[in-house]
Amino acid sequence: MKKKLKQVLFYSAVVILTLMVIGSLTAILGFILKNGLKHINIEFLTEEPRRMGKEGGIFSIIIGTIYLTALALLIATPVGVAAAIYFTEYSAGKKWADAIRFFTEILAGIPSIIFGLFGFAFFVIFLGLGWSLLSGGLTLAIMILPTLIRATEESLKTVPMAYREGSLSLGASKLQTIIRVVIPSCLPGILTGIILGVGRAIGETAAVMLTAGSNLKLPTSLLDSTRTMSVHLYTLSSEGLSKEKTFATAALLIIIVLIINTLATFITEKYIARSR
Amino acid sequence: MENVEKKFEIRDLDLYYGNYQALIGVGMDIYANKITALIGPSGCGKSTFLRTLNRMNDLILGVRIDGSVKFDGEDIYSRDHDLISLRRKVGMVFQKPNPFPKSIYENIVYGPRIHGEKDKSRLDFIVEKTLREVALWDEVKDRLHKPALGLSGGQQQRLCIARCLAVEPEVILMDEPTSALDPVATSKIENLLEELVKKYTIVIVTHNMQQAGRVSDYTSFFLSGKVLETDRTDVIFSNPANKKTEEYITGRFG
Repeated sequence: MKKKLKQVLFYSAVVILTLMVIGSLTAILGFILKNGLKHINIEFLTEEPRRMGKEGGIFSIIIGTIYLTALALLIATPVGVAAAIYFTEYSAGKKWADAIRFFTEILAGIPSIIFGLFGFAFFVIFLGLGWSLLSGGLTLAIMILPTLIRATEESLKTVPMAYREGSLSLGASKLQTIIRVVIPSCLPGILTGIILGVGRAIGETAAVMLTAGSNLKLPTSLLDSTRTMSVHLYTLSSEGLSKEKTFATAALLIIIVLIINTLATFITEKYIARSR
Repeated sequence: MENVEKKFEIRDLDLYYGNYQALIGVGMDIYANKITALIGPSGCGKSTFLRTLNRMNDLILGVRIDGSVKFDGEDIYSRDHDLISLRRKVGMVFQKPNPFPKSIYENIVYGPRIHGEKDKSRLDFIVEKTLREVALWDEVKDRLHKPALGLSGGQQQRLCIARCLAVEPEVILMDEPTSALDPVATSKIENLLEELVKKYTIVIVTHNMQQAGRVSDYTSFFLSGKVLETDRTDVIFSNPANKKTEEYITGRFG
């Protein structure tokens, strides 16, 4: 009887904790969406902000967010994937490679504001790029790099040696093997790393303010300063400019993240179904 | 030995994994269009030896090789020997079937594409030709673009053989190709070998004594990294020169 009781208690504890997690997530999302969705309309999505954001829409801010995130990804993805490939396929087991990887792991744990300060000192001031998409994109890229590298590395490691051996025994070179067999086999994992990167980049606030600034105008060049949704949300809230627009921006941000994640899951599942 | 063409001549082959010597003074000949079986207890070097023939051992860190391995008269471990061309001519089928997570079609055209073949009609031709060679065409012709991993174990292994044939090898190395398969699939592959050997040279590592006796023309017996005996299969199985060979064959150990 005691054994059965233990099992029931454990099971109940697990269920309760799960419900707590789901509950808190639902509460947060629900609260924001409830207060924000009603203020999202066509005007909000397509008009430029007026009176510092008290009126009008957030069109330029949406664009700024997209540009900045895309830029960060464009820089970080090739570098991150290449680095991960190098660590896993070319220099596995070498001591200095392990040292670099350890260093990368440390980078993953450094608080965002430090990256923001670095970005400010180096890109904005020292390189003279000023507050710009470029400074912000480069800084965000460095921030998401460790996550990307780690996710890609883990994915590469899940690819069975048997695939590589099969390819090499047919006369393929190492590079051909990596590009034609290894990477396609673990694309879902790499995509996950990219999504995690997007999630982080979209949510960064202080670091973005320090490097991309907070200009409300629509950015037209890489050297233009821009404002992202998280920065805007923070500014509206901290300066008490508009409670409705704050929630609306937050709600839109959540919706965008949900869409990106859903799309990624959908693409991943389609892809896996095709190869198995 | 007879006056048959030799595909491989191996002399005084030593192989080290770090400090451990896995192959000791191995020497033998592999004859063209014959099936050579490598038998012996687990861990005695058969698979290691097989992998020296297409230099798959190069993949392992800390491996060192001394001695000579000649393919068509050329030392394959010489500095300027073309590795890609060697691996194309000397194909390999592994113990556990390892089709790529791609479609059946994609698996087969992988090799030819790697080597530069782009013409679609030519690729289609290769797919049908090799699948017919392994007696798989009728079973899969209506689902060429479905995932290869959806096939049964035996079908996957035949697919791997077809994939290997697609690059037009001269030698096929097989590392216990049927040990992961059921008896029906096993006998299908053994029958396949009888057909394939007419066009290709086959070297097969096997744990299965009956298989070696049934299928091969020549047999080499490995023990602790050395080749204790190598001869025609009928000699090895009926009148082996070495006592240990006889003990192994009759099942007294291993």
